[in-house]
Parts: sequence; C-alpha cells; structure tokens
Amino acid sequence: MGTTEQTAEVVDLSETSIRELNQRLHDAADGGPQAWRITHPGGLHAIAAGINAPLEIDIDGHVGYYCVGMNKEANVRIHGSAGVGLAENIMSGTVIVDGDASQSAAATGRGGLVVVRGNAAARCGISMKGVNIVVEGNVGHLSAFMAQKGALVVCGDAGEALGDSIYETHIYVRGSVAELGADCIEKDFKEFHTAELTGLLAEAGVDADPADFKRYGSARELYNFNIDNADAY
Amino acid sequence: MCGIAGLFSKSSSFEERLGDHLSDMLIQMADRGPDSAGVAFYRNPAPSGSSKLTLFSPEEGYDWDPIAGELSSAFGGSNGPEIRASHAVIVVQTDADDAGRWVIDNHPELRVMSAGQTIEIYKEMGDPREFVERFGLRELSATHALGHTRMATESIVTTEHSHPFSTGLDLCLVHNGSLCNHNRLREQLRREGITIQTDNDSEVAAAYLTWKMREGASLTEALESGLDDLDGFFTFAVGTADGFAVLRDPIACKPAVMSESDDWVAMASEYRAIAVLPGAEDARVWEPDPGQVYIWEKEKV
Repeated sequence: MGTTEQTAEVVDLSETSIRELNQRLHDAADGGPQAWRITHPGGLHAIAAGINAPLEIDIDGHVGYYCVGMNKEANVRIHGSAGVGLAENIMSGTVIVDGDASQSAAATGRGGLVVVRGNAAARCGISMKGVNIVVEGNVGHLSAFMAQKGALVVCGDAGEALGDSIYETHIYVRGSVAELGADCIEKDFKEFHTAELTGLLAEAGVDADPADFKRYGSARELYNFNIDNADAY
Repeated sequence: MCGIAGLFSKSSSFEERLGDHLSDMLIQMADRGPDSAGVAFYRNPAPSGSSKLTLFSPEEGYDWDPIAGELSSAFGGSNGPEIRASHAVIVVQTDADDAGRWVIDNHPELRVMSAGQTIEIYKEMGDPREFVERFGLRELSATHALGHTRMATESIVTTEHSHPFSTGLDLCLVHNGSLCNHNRLREQLRREGITIQTDNDSEVAAAYLTWKMREGASLTEALESGLDDLDGFFTFAVGTADGFAVLRDPIACKPAVMSESDDWVAMASEYRAIAVLPGAEDARVWEPDPGQVYIWEKEKV
C-alpha cells in the first residue's frame, strides 16, 4: 500500500469531468494505467466510484459524497476529508482517509477495509455486511446500526445508539460509548477477537494496544419477534 | 434538499470581495436548490439614529423614488433608493421598527424583506446563477453574508417563500430540511403577536426565534429551545448583526460542513461550496456536531 510514484496517471478534476475520470478508471479493468493520482477533487461527488480492478489511487484533497462507492479491489488513499457515504457498499480493496469522514462511511460495505484517520460522523458502518472499518478518532450516533458482519474498530469515542439492532458485527471501542443501541451489549474478548483486533490495527497502521479496547456485539434477543417485547415498540 | 452557504470575513481586505466569494459558494449549491435563491448581506451600517430597509416589489420596473420621498417627509431625509433588480434599500432617519411598520401601513403592495442597521436581504425565484448576476451580488462588500438555494418541499415557489426569512432586526434564518409541526406552531406564534407572512415552514422557525428572543432568550438559548419545540429535520444558519450561528437537528438528517482559514469562516451544506474559496485547501475543515449551537461573532473570532 505504498503511495503511487511519478509513474502515476494524473487526472486533474479542475479540467476533467467526474464522468470521464470514472470511465477511464472503469476501463482500466481491461488494461492501461494501474496507478493514478487525482488532483483538485474540490469536494466533487462520486469520485472513483464503481472501480473493478486492483488500481492504486491517490486523491489529493477533500472529496464529496459517495467517493469510492462500490469499490472492488482498488486501494485508494484520500489525502483530505470525505463527504457523505464514503466507500458505500465497498466490496473489497482498501480506502484510507487522512482526514475525517462524514455520515454513513462504509455503509452496507460487504468486504475490504476502510480506515479513517480522523473522526467519522453519524451512521458509520450502517448496515455493514462484511467490511472492516478502523476509525482512529470518534464515530457519531447510530454507528453500526443493523450491522450484520465484519468489524468496526473505534479508537476514540462512540456516539449514541452504537450497534442498534446489531446482528453479528464485532465492535471494538477504546474510548467511551455514549449509549449502546437496542440489543447491543458489551462482550468478553475471546482469543479470536484479540487476534482480529490486533490484525486490523496492524493492517490499518494504527499504534494502539488491543488490551485498551472493549468489545460490543449482539445480545441476539431481537433476531426473532418476541411477543414479550411488544411494549418496546 | 436545499443548499446553504455562510461566509464571515476575518480581514478587511476579504470584506471587499465577500460578495464575489459568496456568489461562488451559492453557485456551487445551485444543484441543491434550483427553484429560488436568496442572500442576506451585512454591510454599510446605517448611521446611528437611522436604519435600513430592504423592500421588494413584485411589479417590474417599480418606481422607488416616490416611496423614498415619502419616507423622507415622514421621518426626515432618507438615502437611496439603492435598487437591485426587484429590491431596493432605503436608509431612513428613524428606528427600523417604525420604518418597517410605516411601509406595511402605507404601501401594502411592497414587502419588507429586512430591517435593521446593516442587514440587506435579496431573494428571488429562479436559477441561483442568474440570481447572482441579476442582483449584482459580486460587487457587494460585506462583513458577513448568508445564502440559500431552495428546492421547495413544504410550500409553493414564490419570492416571498424564498429564504432568508427575517427573524427580527438584523436577524435572518435560512433552512435546509422540513418541519412537521409548523401549522400548530404558526397559530401559537400568531397568538403571541408574531407576524408570519406565508405558509412556509421555515418562516415559522424564523418567527419562533423572534418570539423566543423577544421573551429575553439569547440567540443560543433560542436555538437550543428550538431543539425541543421544532419537530422535523433541519440545518439552520442564522445571520446576526455580528456574525452567524449554525444548528443541526440532533439526528443530523441534513448535512453541514464548516471551515476556517486566516481570512474567513465558512459554512455550507457541502464542501464543494467551500472548495471555491481562496485558501480552502489549507483551511481547517470539520463537520458540526448534531444538536450543537455554533456561533461566530466579530469580537469572538
């Protein structure tokens, strides 16, 4: 995951349209440049969405909504912050954001790794289905809502309703949790979890001691409708 | 969906170009709100003892000289009219409340868009790009300004239904979102004697702040109590004589980004509206927390 060198194909978004950029990145699945540098992103939406090739991409600056959505195989580094829906429905590959990510980062992601060096806002990993997410800062409310698979690692604090209606995602939080969501409880570390967390921190390049984290997961009380819970609705 | 842009100058040289920069921001937000656009500029304070009105006439080519003359005879010498498209700014030698009331009583065909010492509100239907050119916004200097691009959801598209809504002297509000309890709240506020001119939900939010502040609340307190009393989703930006405030609903349904450089403080619905500012690449950027009041004012920056 080293940064792309001078050989990278440079696309300047102050001169090239998003549509043209994305078409070129899609075409790269059939050959052509494998290393790319995207300059002047200017907060534009849908940058590098829908890639289906093991490209190495650097984006120099802040990006808008749905950046790197649906990514397959590409490794993308955003040297700035990201808007709503970063790496939405990511399938595989790696997305690293140097700054913050807005709401719904890695939402519905099925695989791959998303790393946010700053904070992620509300709804981080909402309905995640296999993606691994490592946030060095804090996450906002309703993160890992209805999360089904994968792991969410938060090195800072988590907002309200963490893991609300969670299925089987593993959540690791180093700081405080404002409030756990429905059916999300603190759980013991088993050997598997320590290994998983250690591996994810290493993969994300985060210097943190796994022993400082607490683990949260599903109490599995909401899997099926229970008539005794009717009052809760 | 609507778009919001706010810009606050930290240096006098930036003030000179603030209209140009806010125009660029507004145009970036055009996709979020193609129905109408509006701005509040804080500029050219009226001399002490005088106040400033922004008036709107729906009549094309309305002759503003007679009303300026009448205001002079009623209150003593007035300045203006300074005409921008369908709007005119007139400086009157009395306080803003009296001047506004006089216009409402004597010229019901006009609409008072704003009243105060420094505020000027311009708003109109149509594409934000055309709005910027038609009103000559680029040439305006200002200490700070707010802009809004509207995609209507709760009420019809007219000039009167466009944002900003004036919430009192030198105060205005722009809104991205929609409110559910505005009908009942409107009736309550009218019973409290607050003037509400349209069936628009955002105007009710503006009127709510006017009422709370009339009852003695600070702007921060008024916004905080709005978290309980305004049912719906919103990002609000509120312009004051000295700066602006930002508040998002606690669920954070609507986006907001803030940024600060040595020359300016900016807020917008999306970062792309900030990216067009000089020095944006090196400015600090962050997302305001939901349910948290943020205020920038002259003496505090």
